[in-house]
Amino acid sequence: MSTHTHTHTDKKRFEFNRKTFVTMMVIFAVVYLVGVGIWGLFMDPESYAVNYDAKFVSPNFDHPFGTDFMGRDMFSRCIKALSNSLIIGVLASLFSSFIALFMGVASAVFGGWVDKFVNWCVDLCQGLPHLVLLILISFMLGKGVNGVTLAVIFTHWPSLTRIVRAEVMQVRSSQYVQAAYKMGKTKWQVAATHILPHVIPSYVIGLILLFPHAIMHEASVTFLGFGLPKEMPAIGVILSESMDYLATGKWWLAVFPGLMLLVAVVLFDVIGDNLKKLWNPQSGNE
Amino acid sequence: MNKKMKNVISESIRMALLLIAVSIIAFFLVINSPIDPLTSYVGPESTLSQEARDEIAEYWGLYDPPAERFMSWVGNIVRGDWGDSITYKRPVKDVISERFSYSFGLMACTWVISGLLGFVVGIISGMREGGWFDRITKYFCLMVKSAPTFWIGLLVLVIFAVELKWFPIGMAVPLGKPANEVTFWDRLYHMALPVITLSIISMSDIMLYTRQKLIEIINSDFILYARARGENEKQIVLRHVIRNIALPAITVQFASFSELFGGMALAENVFSYPGIGTATTAAAVNGDVPLLLGIAVCSAVFVFAGNLMANVLYGVFDPRIKEGVITYEHTHAHSH
Repeated sequence: MSTHTHTHTDKKRFEFNRKTFVTMMVIFAVVYLVGVGIWGLFMDPESYAVNYDAKFVSPNFDHPFGTDFMGRDMFSRCIKALSNSLIIGVLASLFSSFIALFMGVASAVFGGWVDKFVNWCVDLCQGLPHLVLLILISFMLGKGVNGVTLAVIFTHWPSLTRIVRAEVMQVRSSQYVQAAYKMGKTKWQVAATHILPHVIPSYVIGLILLFPHAIMHEASVTFLGFGLPKEMPAIGVILSESMDYLATGKWWLAVFPGLMLLVAVVLFDVIGDNLKKLWNPQSGNE
Repeated sequence: MNKKMKNVISESIRMALLLIAVSIIAFFLVINSPIDPLTSYVGPESTLSQEARDEIAEYWGLYDPPAERFMSWVGNIVRGDWGDSITYKRPVKDVISERFSYSFGLMACTWVISGLLGFVVGIISGMREGGWFDRITKYFCLMVKSAPTFWIGLLVLVIFAVELKWFPIGMAVPLGKPANEVTFWDRLYHMALPVITLSIISMSDIMLYTRQKLIEIINSDFILYARARGENEKQIVLRHVIRNIALPAITVQFASFSELFGGMALAENVFSYPGIGTATTAAAVNGDVPLLLGIAVCSAVFVFAGNLMANVLYGVFDPRIKEGVITYEHTHAHSH
């Protein structure tokens, strides 16, 4: 980009435009994701009902994503599936982030053995391959919606815990925190009134960047057969069903559902990265 | 030297403790499952009487307190008895070692290919930051990171096996060929698609990491000084850039064992490759507790080995750690 040659006023206008552009991207991504979530939630199950007269129709105007081995319209089924994935992913990462926030703040505020313990838990959670841990937890809870949701909740907190802990460490020794201690505030009071507000921006961004992981892992576990049940529209279910028909050239059964998931994940990243730019004054001037 | 040894030993002890904790957790997760191991052993349609069931459960120690069961399980494992797999009707140890031999080839190839390719592509695109090659590879890698592993596997399958018919659709050996006639090339041919899938995925991480590091280094003062001395691009890359990036990149590659294992499990299921990944899902589907536990412990050892290697490499090669200027934790925090 050749911004060096611009005059001062030009540059100012350019920055304004960029900020607007970034904000627009965030708004677009949010509208799309919320839209798909709500559309799927209130979708009439009739729109992806079984219709044996229209089996394996390749993508056309009536069925943009084609139909599957039962003649179900793949477009409606994908929207419903993505909506299911989004709702479960958002719920799971929300709860997972609560664990992370609590662990991260406690670890940095109390230090000592609490800190050691939290770090140890993080190492422990990362000691098994993520997928194996997800399968074990889901297996213990008897698979299904609860199994996969709880598995995602209990395995996604370590990275965010590290971020929160590092943030708290930065303000822990600052003067206003020390002053609060000297005025007789307890550690919990200081954590709640002085430290927590400082951590919130990075926590929110961390949470948003957690969604895609949660959604992808939910889809992976479901794909392997330990997540959402077969009768529920889910990207993992659709893709694992498609495996039986790919060899006979029914490519649309796999390509479009995965693409929908990919777009959703990219949009979450767009929201997270752009919010980071908007909220961080240093990178806002780049 | 002494200090280095001490670091390695304390790191090993820490990891051994974690490994024990991991196996405790895996054990309690599995035995608390509502899936009854007895039912999965005899099958749901079995007409076995309640007394006979009780007898087997008694014999297996299913009614003993959990702590006791755990101790006897650990005792057996130490003595080399990993139990029998319900799914494959064979000792767990045999199943795991056979399956791992398949998966090991898969992971080793992926690890080397993705590491080299990611590193080289990362350096090329980083040196030309903002150029067309950089933009294409960067967006490609970001896309790949945002796509589920198994979906990329399905795409590779559709493109290379179904449409182009270059490679077989699945399995590790040609269907119906006697085991003693299977050649090395058959194996390699069947391994190609899973390796391509996994390499595409693993490459993205290492490429983006190398690129990021390179851009940091290329903007530092000593590179400016090198340019002022009249060194050309090639000299800068060979003398300064590679020396600074190679070690962290290798460390990242070692620390990616956990991701690699998960990706492998998914890719194996897509290509029905008879490795440890398909064994994991089969074990969990059939409620095969001994096999599932065995795999969990082995995968944990695998991940720990990777992490240990990463830590030791840093301790041995990074002069700043060697001289005790900074600790491993510092560098580790940087690389994240």
